[in-house]
Amino acid sequence: MRIGFGLGVALSLAAVAAALLSFLWTPADPTALAIAQRLQPPSPAHWAGTDHFGRDIASMLMVGARTSLAVALLAVGIGMAVGVPLGLLAAARRGGLIDEAVMRMNDLIFAFPSLVIAILITAVFGPSAVNAILAIGIFNIPVFARVTRGGALSLWTLDYIRAARVAGKGAARISLEHILPNIANLLIVQGTIQFSLGILAEAGLSYVGLGAQPPTPSWGRMLAEAQTMVTLAPHVAIFPGLAIVATVLGLNLLGDGLRDALDPRLRRAR
Amino acid sequence: MTLLQVRDLDVSIRGTPILAGVGFDLAEGAVLGLVGESGSGKSMTALALIGLLPEGAKVTGRADFAGRDLLAQSEAALCGLRGREIGMIFQEPMTALNPLQTIGEQVAETLVVHGAAGRAEARGIAAERLARVGLPQDRFPLSLYPHELSGGQRQRVCIAMAVALRPKLLIADEPTTALDVTTQAQILDLLTGLVAEERMAMLLITHDLAVVSGTADHVAVMQAGRIVEAGATEAVFRTRAHDYTRRLFAASAYRPDRRPAPPGGAAPPLLEVRGAVREYRLPRPAPFAPHPALRAVDGVSFALGPGESLGLVGESGCGKSTLTRAILGLDPLQGGEIRLAGQPVRPGMDPDLRTRVQVVFQDPYGSFDPRWRVDRLVAEPFHLTGRPDDWRDRVGAALEEVGLSPGDGTKFIHEFSGGQRQRIAIARALIIRPDLIVLDEAVSALDVRVRAQVLDLLARLQDSHRLAYLFISHDLSVVRAVTDRVLVMQAGRIVEDGAAEAVLTAPRHAYTQQLVAATPKIPEDWI
Repeated sequence: MRIGFGLGVALSLAAVAAALLSFLWTPADPTALAIAQRLQPPSPAHWAGTDHFGRDIASMLMVGARTSLAVALLAVGIGMAVGVPLGLLAAARRGGLIDEAVMRMNDLIFAFPSLVIAILITAVFGPSAVNAILAIGIFNIPVFARVTRGGALSLWTLDYIRAARVAGKGAARISLEHILPNIANLLIVQGTIQFSLGILAEAGLSYVGLGAQPPTPSWGRMLAEAQTMVTLAPHVAIFPGLAIVATVLGLNLLGDGLRDALDPRLRRAR
Repeated sequence: MTLLQVRDLDVSIRGTPILAGVGFDLAEGAVLGLVGESGSGKSMTALALIGLLPEGAKVTGRADFAGRDLLAQSEAALCGLRGREIGMIFQEPMTALNPLQTIGEQVAETLVVHGAAGRAEARGIAAERLARVGLPQDRFPLSLYPHELSGGQRQRVCIAMAVALRPKLLIADEPTTALDVTTQAQILDLLTGLVAEERMAMLLITHDLAVVSGTADHVAVMQAGRIVEAGATEAVFRTRAHDYTRRLFAASAYRPDRRPAPPGGAAPPLLEVRGAVREYRLPRPAPFAPHPALRAVDGVSFALGPGESLGLVGESGCGKSTLTRAILGLDPLQGGEIRLAGQPVRPGMDPDLRTRVQVVFQDPYGSFDPRWRVDRLVAEPFHLTGRPDDWRDRVGAALEEVGLSPGDGTKFIHEFSGGQRQRIAIARALIIRPDLIVLDEAVSALDVRVRAQVLDLLARLQDSHRLAYLFISHDLSVVRAVTDRVLVMQAGRIVEDGAAEAVLTAPRHAYTQQLVAATPKIPEDWI
């Protein structure tokens, strides 16, 4: 478990570090074309080789990490910012009209395949990173609303919530002081899962050309461009694929480790 | 003839000793009661015998059962024994059954697993065994699911499963602790009947001395992993040779010193409940049909004077918890009214009125937010009054008053035992100096000695702060020890109201008589 957490921290930090470092420095200009240098295998000059336009893949991956992480993080932010309050509200008014309305709205969003709606949104408003964030974020809302409501409902029946009500606290204050901290571990785990799913979704949208637009590098589009020459120069596809896998794996391990570390009961048991 | 002979049973789990030198004999057709407080090793003894100890446990010693040493058997051999030769019943009938299988399937499964019968034949035997435990086919067909049965009926199904193959030994681990007193009496009757009829031996594990006195021929008293005293039940209970046995006895019959409440007389009542009605809407029986209603509280009226102790007794489902929530102003009433110090109690009532009533709940584990420090938990009711500048000192003083140290405020709740947690709950209720504390089964989850200490504490605090208590419990003896007056509640109504001593020694209502008769008692002349 500790090894897994360590690996998760290392992989996630590596992705974030690569993204941050790319603002200051990259091994080469990720947008500079050099047709003569195309499809070169990894070498000291080009750590991850070059693609079919002779661009440095390592540099593109670093800048691509920026896009992937930013899109996924903002999408999770949208999902949490809207979904968690809705879930808390639904749980506080459980069985009432508000609860019913919130949950049926969630069903409505869930009813449509997410990629279809994402394609619709980007098709109407034009493909861009911002629209990808919105599209992925909207689908995170019902996920967080449900997790929050489910966790909160089981807490509302506990005696310490009743004790807080006897102490005159209202539903909003109880939700913030007692419910939210006690479901934080659920949300953190769900957050890291949605974060990694967001990275996958962003890669998927970019892959079909609906994410960040050229010349902004993006892991998904790098994969899409590499697929026609995967037999010719496998490294062009392998490195972006590895970047996606490593980041998603790292985030999931990180979420698991955080859940254990944040729970005082588990901490004592160790 | 001796069926089970246990000698020098030692168990340790990851180096921590759990049992040390446990030994006892159990004869065919006899009942051995194993009594002790939580953590004394009663359940571990049973689990060691049937080879179900948690991982990391080390066992040494002997346990000869019908010519075989149970502790030396392989897991495969034990699987053959469990269910066939040794039946088991556990405390919690709500979780001991599979909710997705019918009761017939579950009883028949035991037979099929052990190859004792084919599917069809097993169903026939299952029907017969269920009828024997009091679930006849015409009213309880095999096709029922566990959720269609009450707690007592589910425990009967568990018993039918345990005795389906007519085992030689029945291990019953707190079989009636989760049940109401009247149900408990019926289940104990059933178990002793089965033992006598089928010449089974029973190992009865319980914390309740009174249950043992009425059921077991022999008793072994456990403390901290050892048997400190054993012998014929009557002899052990009469002589109480060991100091621990004496302390257990003293604690289970404990009545704190308390002055009777000042005569109420002309003083206006502190709490007044008049014709309270609380209904729950049930699901519609058919689409568009009106919701049927369940009257959980049906026209309840009573008054409670300042500084008075009032007991409210009833079995689960009688409406006492619903009434409690209404009195605390958490749920609205559909009819009647509740007045506290003359002002109406309802959800959203004035904070000033709320400061006059606080509560202590039953479950010492669920009553506190695990993420808050104790000082913040105890100070929570200050939300009503505004937190004074010296709140830390006040919390420290409250903790001291309930027998903890002021420094405990910086700890988290998981660092405390069950009894300490109930003390913290009392400190939280006291911190804003209410007039009335509702004690909702506040000592039911505690061991007898801890319970005696908490009862003492409550009596002392009542004296020094002139508190009124509404003491809600299913346990008649506790209610009698700490209250002046008792209300008996059945199916949402108060059926009897009178002085505690009178109601519990000479009950007038049929239901109270039934309750009093069902409460297990240690025979008077043994004490």
